[in-house]
Formats: sequence, C-alpha cells, structure tokens
Amino acid sequence: MTTSKSAEQGPNPLDVSQVMSRVDAALTAIAMAVSTAELKQVRNDHAGDKSPLALANRAIGKLEPGQRKHAGQLIGQARASVNAALAARQGELNAAELETALQAERVDVTLPIEMHPVGVLHPITALIDDMCDVFIAMGWEVAEGPELESEWLNFDSLNIGPDHPARGLSDTLFIEPASDHKLLRTQTSPVQMRTMLSHEPPVYIVSPGKVYRADEYDATHLPVFHQLEGLVVDKGITMGHLKGTLDHLAHAMFGEVRTRLRPHYFPFTEPSAEMDLECFVCHGESIDNPDLDCRTCKSEGWIEWGGCGVVNPRVLAAAGIDTDVYSGFAFGMGVDRTVMFRNNASDLRDFVEGDIRFPRSLQGGAR
Amino acid sequence: MRVPMSWLRELVALPSDLTTKQIADALTRVGLQVERIESIGADVSGPVVVGRVLEFIEEPQKNGKTIRWCQVDVGEGPRGIVCGARNFEAGDAVVVALPGSVLPGGFEISARRTYGHISDGMICAVDELGLGEDHSGIMVLPEEIDGKPVSLGADAMELLQARDEVLEIDVTPDSGHCLSMRGIARETAQAFGLDFSDPYAAVGLEETAGGYPIRLDSPNCSLFTALTITAVDPKASTPLWISHRLSAAGMRSISLSVDITNYVMLESGQPLHAYDADALQGTIVVRQAHEGEHLVTLDDVDRELSVEDLLITDDSGPIGLAGVMGGQTTELTATTRNIVLEAAHFDAVTIGRTFRRHKLPSEASARFARGVDPALSLAAARKAACLMVELGGGHLEDAFTVTGSVPAMPSQRMRADLPAKILGAEISSKQVVEVLKASCVQVSEESDGWLDLVPPTWRADLVDPYDYVEEIGRKLGLELITPQVPRATAGRGLSFSQRSRREALTAIAEAGFVELITLPFISNDELDKLGLASDDQRRAVVRLANPLADTQPYLRTTLLPGLFSAVVRNTSRSQDDLALFECGSVFWANGSAPAPIPDVSRRPSDQEIEAVTGNLPDQPRMLAAVLTGNWLPASWQHPALKADWTHAVYFAETASAALGLRLVRRAVANAPWHPGRCAELGVQTADGLVVLGHAGELHPTVVKAFGLPERACAVELNLDAMITVAPRGGEIAPLSSYPLTKQDVALIVDADLPVEQVRQALIDGAGELLESIRLFDIYTGEQAGEGKKSLAFAMGFRAPDRTLTEAEAGVAREAAVAKAGEVCGAVQRA
Repeated sequence: MTTSKSAEQGPNPLDVSQVMSRVDAALTAIAMAVSTAELKQVRNDHAGDKSPLALANRAIGKLEPGQRKHAGQLIGQARASVNAALAARQGELNAAELETALQAERVDVTLPIEMHPVGVLHPITALIDDMCDVFIAMGWEVAEGPELESEWLNFDSLNIGPDHPARGLSDTLFIEPASDHKLLRTQTSPVQMRTMLSHEPPVYIVSPGKVYRADEYDATHLPVFHQLEGLVVDKGITMGHLKGTLDHLAHAMFGEVRTRLRPHYFPFTEPSAEMDLECFVCHGESIDNPDLDCRTCKSEGWIEWGGCGVVNPRVLAAAGIDTDVYSGFAFGMGVDRTVMFRNNASDLRDFVEGDIRFPRSLQGGAR
Repeated sequence: MRVPMSWLRELVALPSDLTTKQIADALTRVGLQVERIESIGADVSGPVVVGRVLEFIEEPQKNGKTIRWCQVDVGEGPRGIVCGARNFEAGDAVVVALPGSVLPGGFEISARRTYGHISDGMICAVDELGLGEDHSGIMVLPEEIDGKPVSLGADAMELLQARDEVLEIDVTPDSGHCLSMRGIARETAQAFGLDFSDPYAAVGLEETAGGYPIRLDSPNCSLFTALTITAVDPKASTPLWISHRLSAAGMRSISLSVDITNYVMLESGQPLHAYDADALQGTIVVRQAHEGEHLVTLDDVDRELSVEDLLITDDSGPIGLAGVMGGQTTELTATTRNIVLEAAHFDAVTIGRTFRRHKLPSEASARFARGVDPALSLAAARKAACLMVELGGGHLEDAFTVTGSVPAMPSQRMRADLPAKILGAEISSKQVVEVLKASCVQVSEESDGWLDLVPPTWRADLVDPYDYVEEIGRKLGLELITPQVPRATAGRGLSFSQRSRREALTAIAEAGFVELITLPFISNDELDKLGLASDDQRRAVVRLANPLADTQPYLRTTLLPGLFSAVVRNTSRSQDDLALFECGSVFWANGSAPAPIPDVSRRPSDQEIEAVTGNLPDQPRMLAAVLTGNWLPASWQHPALKADWTHAVYFAETASAALGLRLVRRAVANAPWHPGRCAELGVQTADGLVVLGHAGELHPTVVKAFGLPERACAVELNLDAMITVAPRGGEIAPLSSYPLTKQDVALIVDADLPVEQVRQALIDGAGELLESIRLFDIYTGEQAGEGKKSLAFAMGFRAPDRTLTEAEAGVAREAAVAKAGEVCGAVQRA
C-alpha cells in the first residue's frame, strides 16, 4: 500500500530529531508572526489539524502498544511547547494591536463640551442653605414665616413700642390701609415670636428669609434683603451660650476666626451687643499696616456681622414664657451682607437686578 | 453725637498720654460706638499765620473787579499780597497763608504773578481755612482772642483753636444721657477709673418769689424753670471757643444768646429756649394744644396743631411747640436785650410724637425724645445765664421760677447673682455693687442676696433687672463672658417642606436654570400687559400704604413680571440665551380682617394669637422660569437647540420629579401664554386633579408688551401646593428578574388628538403586564392619510413570576391596541 510504503520510506514522524525540528520550525514561525492574522496562519500550519505535529500525534495510534507511551510523551511535549509559544505570542500581539487601535481612537479631551446649559442657585439661597446646615448639625431646626406679617408680631411683641422710630412710614413698608396693622416684616424675628407662641420651650431655631425696609436703593442698601436669625429659649441660657454659638458658626463658615461682642441696644434683647467677626482674610494684620490693604475688612481687622443679645424678658412674657424658669438668646445677621464681604461683592444692586453673570460668578466656588 | 476731644479733656482729667484712639476704643467697649474720628484743621498745613495789613492800594481791573494790592507784615517786614476782598482796613489783623502752606482741598499756596503783581501769599476767608462757610470777605481778627493779644507770625490755626479731633459716637436710643458732653465725660471717666466732677450736679429747687410767672396745665411737663436776664448786649459776639465747639459738634453759630443756649445744651444735655422777654405777654402756660390751633414756628412755617402737641403759651396764644421749636413772635431778634430763659422737662413720648408729626427733628427734640435728666433744668439754666452775663454783659435777675417737681426714680429689686447668671461670667456680688455705685446707682444690699436699686436721674433706661445686668456687662466688659456651645435638644433636621424645596431648587439648577432674586413690587400696568382677566387670582393685589415707587405700588401676585424685567436687563447686555428662574412668595389679597394689637404684658388669648398670625393675605411660594434664545447654542457637537415650550415643561417636570410627583398635562388657554401652546400642569390625587401651574410659550402680544425676545417661554408653579400633594414616602414594588418582552405598535389617529390620550388608552388596555411604554415616532404624511398621524410606541412587557411567551405579550399588545381603537379611534398601521 502506497501509504504504508511511503510511511516506511519517508521520514519517521515520530523520530526525535524530526519532532524537534518541527518544533523549532514552529517556534521560529511563531516568533516571526507580526500580527494576529499572521499568527493565525502559523497556528494553522504548525498546530492545526493537518500540521506535521498533529499528523505525528495521529501516527502514535498505529504504533505497537509498547512504543506508544514514549512517543506520546515526545509529541505531547512538542505540542505543548508550540501551544505555549502560540499563546504567549497571541497575548503580545493582542496587546500591541489593542494599543495601536486605542492610539488611533485618540480624542481631543480639551474640546469644550456642553451637554445642557449650566444652571446655578443664587448665592443667597446657597449661603442660607449652608448656614442652616451648621445649625441643623447642632440639633437646631429651621423656622419660617410669612413675609407679609402682622404689625404686632413684627413690633409690639418684640418690645418695639408704638413710638419707636422704626415703626414710621419712612422705615417700614405698611400694607394699605395702615390701620389694618399689617406690614412687610422688617426682620425675621416675627418667626421667633410665632415659634414661641406655638411651641413650649426648649426652642432652638434659626429663621432665614426675606425682609423689607423703606430704604434707599443703592450700592450698599436694598429695600429687600435677607436675614438669618437664631433663637434659643431654655433653662439656664446665658450670654456665654450666645458667644459659644456665634464662635461655632464663625468657625464653621470662615475657619479659625474669633468673634467679638460690642455692647449695643436692641429693644428685643437686653443685654444687647453687636457682633464682629475677625477678618478671615488678614486676621487683623492689615490694621495700621500701610503695606497690606485688606479689601474684606477695609483694614479694620474686624467685620460687623450682626446684632445679638439675651432675649428681653418682656419679649418672653409677651409669648407667655415663664421668665423665672427660662432665659434665651437671639442673634441675626444679613445674608446679603455676608455674601458681600465673603465674596468681595461690591454692589448690592447686582443681587436683585437679575444679570445672570452674578449668580454664575460663584459657580464652582461657593458650593 | 459729635464729641470734640478738647471739650472732653476739659471735663475729664484724662492723662495726656492717652491717645484719642485709645479713648475711642474704650468708649466703644462700653457701648458708645465711635464710628469715626474726625480731625478738624488737619487739612491745613504749612505756614498759616497772623499778619497785619500795613497799607493797600485799590486797583480797578479790566474785568470790572477792583483788587487791593496790600502790604502785609507777618513779623518779617512788609510783603505784597493781592486780595480780592474789601472788608478790611489798614491796620487790621488777618490770617495769611504763606507760600508753602496747603489749604483744604489740597490748595497749595505759592508766590505767583497775578493782576500785575507777585502775590507773596494769600489773605484767607473763613471758608478757605475750612472753619466755616462764610465767604463774604476775608477773616478780620480781633486784637485779642480769649484775653490774649494776637501776635504777628503766630500760628493762626493754633490761635483760633481750630485744630481738634472729634469723636462721632453712635448713641443708642437707650442712652439719652450720652447726648451730652456731661454724659460722655461721665462714661469716659468711669471707663478709665477717673474721678468725674459733674458741672451740672443737681441744685436745690427752691424758687425765689417774683420770677416770671409760669403755670403747668399738662402732665407732660414735670418741671419748668425760668430765669430772667436783662441788659444783654445784642451786639456782643460769640467767643471763638464757643463757636468752634458748636461747629465741631455740628451746629451753626447764630447769635451770642442762642449760641449759649446751644452750647449749654450740648454740654449738659438740657435743651434751653430763650424768649424775648419784651415780647412775652403774661403768664407762660404749658398746656396741650386745642383742636384747630395754629403756630408759626421759627422756620416761618404755619403749623396746624394736634391735641397731642404740648404747647408753650402766653396771653397771646401759642408761642412755642414744647421741646421741639419756638414760635416766631417771641424769638430773639437783633435788638433783644431782655431774655427769659426756659429750662423745662417734657415727656419723651409726647415730644417724640410731636416732632415726627410735624417732621421737625431738632437737637432739642432728639434729646427730649430719648429722655433728658429731669433734675437738670435749673443747673443748666444757671450755667447759660451766667455765660450771658459774662459774655453778653447782661444782668441775672435774682428772682426765678421753678414750677413742678422732679419725679422720683423707680426702684427695682435684683438678685446680686443675676448678672453672673445671665451674662455667663464669673462676677461676684461685690463687683456688681461696685460697678452700680460707680454708675451712680443707689444700691441697698439686703441680707438675702437681693439688691435694692435706684438709678440716678439721668438713667431713665435702668428699669428692669436685665437693664442692670446690661449695665454690669458694659462696664465690666463683654470679654468676660465664657463662650459655651449650648446643647440643643435632639433636632429633626429640615422639615419635609424645607427639604422638598431645597431638592426642587437644586434639581432645577442642576438641570440648567439660573436662579434669580428680583424685587417683589409690581404695577397694574404690568398685570394689564400680562393680559389677565379681571377675575384672575393674580388681579387680587395687595397695595402698599407707602410704596417705594408710586409706579409699582403693589406686591407681586405672580413671579413672571420680575423675571421678564431680568430678561430685558440680560438681553440689553447681549446675554440672549436665558433659562432664568425664581422661587419666592407672591401675595394674593383675600379680604382678611385687620390684625389686632394685643397687650404685650401677657401671652395673648388663643383667639388673639389666631388673629395676629392668621389674618393675612395668602402668600404662597411660587416657582417660575422664563426661557429665551437657545437652550443650547450651536457647537461642534450639535446645531443650536432653540428654547421652546418643551423646556418650560421640562422645568416643571424636573421640579416635580424631585418631589416625587408625576405631572399630567392638558392644553388650556391661560394668560399670559400662547393659547395654542399652553399646558396646564397638575397631579392626580385621591381627591381628583390638583392644578399646580402652567407652562408653555408666551403669547406674542405679551412678548411684545414686555420687550422679550420672540418665542419666549415661561412656566409658573405653586411650589407650596406641589409640596402639599407630594408623596411623603411611596412604595417600591418587587423587581421581576424575568426577561422583558418588547413589542412595537404603530397607530393611526386623528392629527389633532392629544398623544397622551392614546398613550393612556394603550396603558389601560395592556393591563398589568405592561412595564414600559415610549413614543418613539410621530409620522404625518401620505401613508398616514389626510388629517391623520401615525404614532409609534415601543412597549415592554414583563411578568413578575415567569418568562412571558411572545404569544402572551402579543395578547396584551392586541388588548392595548383594541382599547386605543375603542377610546381614540386608533387604527393599527398596516
């Protein structure tokens, strides 16, 4: 038979040197392959079904049983080394080709993108949220009330008597007819009185919101602005608690800065004080320093931030709170003013005139 | 209150090494906030000296002026100076600004050629030295100033005592006693632990018979003293030390007698009034005004009086508005020689009301309204009378009148440990007693830790125990307080409505809208321009009694006009692509009853509380946006995307989604929107549909009326109403892990049929297995048929418990199609 004859006459596929040279040829071809496509051809030629090693493997079956083990080992090792080389080369070529493909897919990551317009909250809204969060974290709650308010809640109940100058038409915006005793609140304090009328002490609240004054409209005055006021009524409350609270707020908002209380007068607090914030930019180093001009504190070292004091017992009494048992403190500051000095805004009119560049100017900064 | 330092140092022996700044800081620490330290005369520098005019030649000029070519000696022999004024004689002493000096306004003096001469300096007028406003001529100096002869070459500013520092103090309303040098001096002395000798210590009030007759017919005058000074020289001039102090304190020099009353008022705090004794007729009676009475005040204004006004009258009728302003008939004139001097004590509230009613704020009324020391009048009147005698050559009559009495000051009991307890500082009862005594409070210590306190007559502010606590705090210094963070009770965080609002605003901003805050005032004209019907809710305006601008007397009933103004402002600044929003209250009149003013000495009744908190207009918080130009401008990524009605709806849906609400929409016609492009926005609740707002394109007429860019769009929602209907929680159904079976359906319906109806019919028909449905195409054209449109929906079906077969999904789909056919006449597209 031709087949057996040629098998007998041709080189023995199971000859060791024959096998080794087949392996060498395969390894060389694998190493030479420069693409996965080439490698695929090499795999076909040297490890495919019709490759010499595959044929040799098949020839094992025709050997005497005693010879099979040795031949099997020989061919098995040969095929394993070829397959390992194939796998390794495949890995190398895959990685190289992926790298090339990725390089080709390069984009310009500096291109401007605009998936949707960029919106932003007004700096006042953002700041009120931030300030409220400081108090929420202390366990306080946020109380709110109407902007159009009854005169009693805005004035009388807060120990601002009928002859107080602030109650005049030149300071307060009244609703027509003024004899209805309704007005646009001049402070958020009516919310404090509402809270005291509706809740038994202890009271720990802040009340942010819009307030109104019959004020001129210029770079430093607005007839409509925002305040955040705080009120605590509890047993054993002292002015020390007020100072501690203001210090905490100052730290939370401006870092390690001090606050300072200066005696002052407000009808609803007694004792009353003005609260100054140590300048968080120059920390007082610009005072009398010709080389350092601080825009934030105008080189005064301190920034007037708001008013505060111990709640006047007359105010507690108007709410029916037992002043022998309870005492309280209150404070308030302008939110617009805080944005002004915090962000070096120069003109209050920008806050309410609606130019979109104003809210946008803090984008990415304030929040 | 303006406090000249020279005056303060005269009243208190302040160590000379104590600087003005240190004194100012100390006053600020005790509650007398020094707003500013002003330097008077500091803007004059260089050689400004006394000179004598030796001789002059008058030289008429071509321009019609006549100048004087003067030879002036400033102690170095004659020098030539050109002077335009002619109010002086040869031999007069004048003020000469020599070359090298600088006058106010940075005016540098040098020798310069003028009118054909070299003028070697300048002869100065009062205003040129910054000493006043007088520019009628140059300043001619007397030969003696306050007893000292003027010497040539002397520093004129020094000689004129024109240099001083002035503290500008913000005196709080409770510190009436500090509206005087006396009060400020007392506080200053106490702040530095110095002795203070009160130049106005109370004097005995025993009057002498034969003084000017006085009668008090109103309880609003507790004390009236009258002194008579005769033979005052009406030509006597005011010495410089008085006029400078008046000017430094912000008052003008008028005449010697008037200046003396003002000077003593500034020093003591007691307003005084001088009457021309020869013009007075009969007894001075202090009484309330009668209905319809009139008085011509010093400022030439004929004033109609109110029965609440307190008057000074004589037989002729009203001669003065007590404590506010004198009348014309008895005012001092250029020839007055005999004077009746009034020093009285009037009720603070009465004077406050009168000066506000007549809009007559004055130095006197400001002091009375804040409370004048009721025991001060005689001492102050005496001081003024003595000055009139000394400076005006007058004679003080021995007889004087004192009518009325000094009311007793209210006593108060306070526990000695109250200041420590309220201030949160370590303060011993010994310190408390010391401080109060230093403040001239009479302190009686009781055995059980109580103090019995009576304030001095000038401290009407010390009434309640807490007033004394404040006094202790001020005097010991608020630095004493130990800061301590109070431990609040467990809080519940933001309320549902606060959290909801914050989430809605954040979502909207993140969706691309810029938040604005606008002023909430509107006009009728704006409501007209919106095209609102007369019965529209937004026509229920609340009017201000005293609007800031008569053009916008109402509170806003809608946020849109404010946003429209903002649009115009932005487009005028070339910012055309706008997505603006605002969240804020609007005000709807609701006919609410007047609000009461309950008594404040106790808690109001429940009905009273209800009325003060509830009798108010509705003021819901609204949320509105306006869109103009492009939602997205053209870019390398995409062509420009115009802002249209869908973005207005997007705004509403973004806000709603943040609140867990799913809006339903239907077409309505509602101002100010385009009648064909306005969606009513609502939610379905157990009680039916609740309308929350509207969104769409604005009516072209409105766009034009407000000057908005064409095709501007807007949305307005009632945020409070949205929060009211927002779900407090919600349910999360079990998630099926079986595969989704997709089925598409194309339906032909009438072209004007709202898609939502078709979508809803498909949902209703498909049943429980339908998980999702999405409109993915709308086709109108030949294949859909005339007047028709084809709607293509992608539907997703899924069962909770098994893999759906195509057949099952097909059945559900057919049921959906059948329902759409039944409800909407939809025909499945072949």
